[in-house]
Amino acid sequence: MSVDVETHSQPQREPSTPLPVTPSWAMLRTLAGIATLSGLLVVMVYQFTQPIIAENERVLTERAVFEVLPGASSNVIFILDEHGISQVGEGRSGVRIFAGYRPDGSLRGIAFPAAARGYQDVIQFLFGYDPACACIIGSKVLRSTETPGLGDKIDNDPRFLANFDALDARLDPDGRALLNPITLVAQGTKTDPWQIDGISGSTISAQAMARALNEAAQRFLPIIQREQATLTQPTP
Amino acid sequence: MSNLPNRIESLSPDTFIRGLWRENPVFVMLLGMCPVLAVTNTTINAIAMGLATTFVLVCSSILISLLRDWIPKQVRIASFIVIIATFVTIVDYGIQAISLELYAALGAFIQLIVANCVILGRAEAFASKQRLHTTLVDSLGMGAGFTLALLSLGTVREILGSGTLLGIPLFGDNFQPWVVMILPPGGFFVLGAWLLLFNWIRLRKEQQSIERSGVAANAN
Repeated sequence: MSVDVETHSQPQREPSTPLPVTPSWAMLRTLAGIATLSGLLVVMVYQFTQPIIAENERVLTERAVFEVLPGASSNVIFILDEHGISQVGEGRSGVRIFAGYRPDGSLRGIAFPAAARGYQDVIQFLFGYDPACACIIGSKVLRSTETPGLGDKIDNDPRFLANFDALDARLDPDGRALLNPITLVAQGTKTDPWQIDGISGSTISAQAMARALNEAAQRFLPIIQREQATLTQPTP
Repeated sequence: MSNLPNRIESLSPDTFIRGLWRENPVFVMLLGMCPVLAVTNTTINAIAMGLATTFVLVCSSILISLLRDWIPKQVRIASFIVIIATFVTIVDYGIQAISLELYAALGAFIQLIVANCVILGRAEAFASKQRLHTTLVDSLGMGAGFTLALLSLGTVREILGSGTLLGIPLFGDNFQPWVVMILPPGGFFVLGAWLLLFNWIRLRKEQQSIERSGVAANAN
């Protein structure tokens, strides 16, 4: 059986001029040079912007603290852990809380962070607590990727935010937990001062907010109440 | 890229204008769709993303044009990516220094400028082959075209979806925001509407040009 060799053979290529060969060291030199230049630029910009970014963070946090503690004019950061509350710089690690003081130096309240999973991602909050009335006096969403126009109502709807004007957060007689857990109820059905009146169109975000507040309050408020003396020290 | 230049191009007004109109990266080349759809829910986000992308595009194009004779062909893409990533990191720090709220609003899309094909495409098709001044004008034109496209989407989406422009309320209390416009489907609706309008104008201009040339030929 004969095979037609011609039909299966590869077409003849025309001779072409060979491409110039780039030596490996030239490629290495280029990559190393560009990487060095990039590193230098990034480090310079980092060094220049880092103090500005730190100051922006401080201002943003301070603004949030004053928003959740209306009437406060200065604040001091404390560290809260299972052992109690300590000043920053004592080497203890824990949750950062913010004690807000009135112009006369008296304690206005304490701002504490909270977080829970919302519709899109974890939402981070800051809540203001007034030990005098044992109530929550303010809320602020610090970080959220909730749906614009829907999920963000928890941070800008005046009717909903009125829940946090004086939300009951009293402790039980033992001082170990909240007397009444903070819960979310359907819009227009709030009957007790520890309930959060819900918001239509933003149900999941509002549920996350109530859950975050209840969990953080159950954990932090007993310690804050117990260690009030630490917080009422005059500001330096 | 529609027109890949293979020879040194001379500087002309068209070097800048083509990015705005004839080769607009969004409305003609349909590049960089990820930020176009994701961060145009407000005008300020659209402007910030447009300016950030323009900064990266201009700076990376300048550096690539300056280094074009020293970058071997085999490692050019790796080199371009490192250069682009450098300027994205710089713009990332810059936005954090300007406003942390804006940085949070733009989210991961600042870092994703690295993967924006407008920038890599321009580096490969233009900056790596052309002289510095031509590259500078071309990248400014492309950046302006990209920013303009984002702004076109951002204003429409914010007005319809929130009833505001740059955060300033435009309508009375009775206005019911068309919330879908600031959600992802709204991005597709508005982009589709702009593409329709843009292509209709282009086709009309082309048709008028053909008619004019036909009339001129008959007159001769």
